[in-house]
Amino acid sequence: MYSEKVMVHFNNPRNVGEIENASGVGTVGNAKCGDIMRMYLDINEEGIIRDVKFKTFGCGAAVATSSMATELVKGKTVQEALQVTNKAVCEALDGLPPVKVHCSLLAEEAIHAALWDYAEKNHIVIEGLEKPVNDISEKEDDVSETY
Amino acid sequence: MNKVIYLDNAATTKVYPEVVEAMNPYFTQIYGNPSSIYSFAGEATKAVAKARETLADLIHANPEEVYFTGGGSESDNWALKATAEAYANKGKHIITTKIEHHAILHTCDYLEKRGYEVTYLDVDEYGTIKLDELEKAIRPDTILISVMTANNEIGTIQPIAEIGQIAKAHGVLFHTDAVQAFGHIEIDVDKMNIDMLSASGHKINGPKGIGLMYIRKGVKIRSFIHGGAQERSRRAGTHNVPGIVGFAKAAELAKASLGDRIAYETELRDYLIDRVLKEIPYSRLNGARESRLPNNANFCFQYIEGESLLILLDQKGICGSSGSACTSGSLDPSHVLLAIGLPHEIAHGSLRLTLSEETTKEEIDFTVDELKKIVERLRSMSPLYEDFLKKGGK
Repeated sequence: MYSEKVMVHFNNPRNVGEIENASGVGTVGNAKCGDIMRMYLDINEEGIIRDVKFKTFGCGAAVATSSMATELVKGKTVQEALQVTNKAVCEALDGLPPVKVHCSLLAEEAIHAALWDYAEKNHIVIEGLEKPVNDISEKEDDVSETY
Repeated sequence: MNKVIYLDNAATTKVYPEVVEAMNPYFTQIYGNPSSIYSFAGEATKAVAKARETLADLIHANPEEVYFTGGGSESDNWALKATAEAYANKGKHIITTKIEHHAILHTCDYLEKRGYEVTYLDVDEYGTIKLDELEKAIRPDTILISVMTANNEIGTIQPIAEIGQIAKAHGVLFHTDAVQAFGHIEIDVDKMNIDMLSASGHKINGPKGIGLMYIRKGVKIRSFIHGGAQERSRRAGTHNVPGIVGFAKAAELAKASLGDRIAYETELRDYLIDRVLKEIPYSRLNGARESRLPNNANFCFQYIEGESLLILLDQKGICGSSGSACTSGSLDPSHVLLAIGLPHEIAHGSLRLTLSEETTKEEIDFTVDELKKIVERLRSMSPLYEDFLKKGGK
């Protein structure tokens, strides 16, 4: 069902883990649908992503797309990372079964959510970055703010 | 990693060599059509009649009350659609449960779109229906109660005899989908007041593509597949003679081994359940502990997802199944796990292991050892587990 590349990344995911005091952290997805991705970015003063880590709760495709997404943004500038679309992730994995394409979308959103967090922390605006809609931690914040 | 540990016997089973042996002559030598007149076909006719007796015997039915079908799903469709049609004058209300197989649930959905009303009974946390709720759901226009004998996912066995009694007392027909139970536990259609029963060959080490429906004498349902006059004009289509013979052989073997098999599988199943619950933290057993199919174990492992678990088990040669959304082809996890009250995120992390009489303790030990490592590995990369630990493990 999965391509060889997907299986390689599922079996041996790159960049699993956490980054302490990360420049930006983004969590997207929904436990209800069975996929949650968390992306940690370490971005230096030049705006280059020095390190990236992820944790994912989800199926084989969710793990593989997270892993591939971290590979694609590592060492890139913030602007370059923004160009890593779900399509790029999909292609890099030699494709996904149709029912699993949403996993690659989640990977794109996870990068965006982490970048958004980085921008907020540093009070900057990243051109072309829209506020991610699927950010779970943000939703939780919203709830707590209403109290 | 060539050895396969097959723990998905609820999905399908190995066809026993004795079954294949019994079937073989009916492909190449005794290939006549049982409906033909000439004596060459007579042996095939006899074989079908004998098979019907063997299969009827397993559920204490009369042979003329057993009808061959193409499998469990066809039997389920037939029972529901034909009853709905035949008894529409009496009413258009059917009672079933929320945890039925899709062959029942999707057929109910089909009937609802055609003017029938269906009540879906809730189940308790173990997956058992409540008899008082069943009784309350019965109305003057109720024509059928359909409750599965045992659940395919969590293995819970329903109080079939009590349900049969309630149905009889209210003059409502009672159908049971016994696909997972037939040949695995004792079933007596008379003692249990069952009017219709679905069963399938490939769940009891018989061939695929053959099933049966028991229809009590006097139940007025008609043909579902139209055509020839086979099966007392109730199910058209040339008899699948090798399939029928194989199904009967499997039933004969199942009957002979039933007591020993139940004892063996139950002991091994309980060993598996005990080891998993003891050795893997944040795991739970789904379904009833006692009133449960002897070969079924179903677990949830918190903070991980089922498909990932299955892929990693597969790499160790272990075949299991899961009720996660990814394995169901939809975004929702198993309707059965939701019906017993599990939240979505826990239902996604389910694993069903179903044993056979050939499963060994060594295989179970290997499976649990690997499972421990796999669950730990998936948790180490789960953001849900990370959150859980950061909250101090509560």
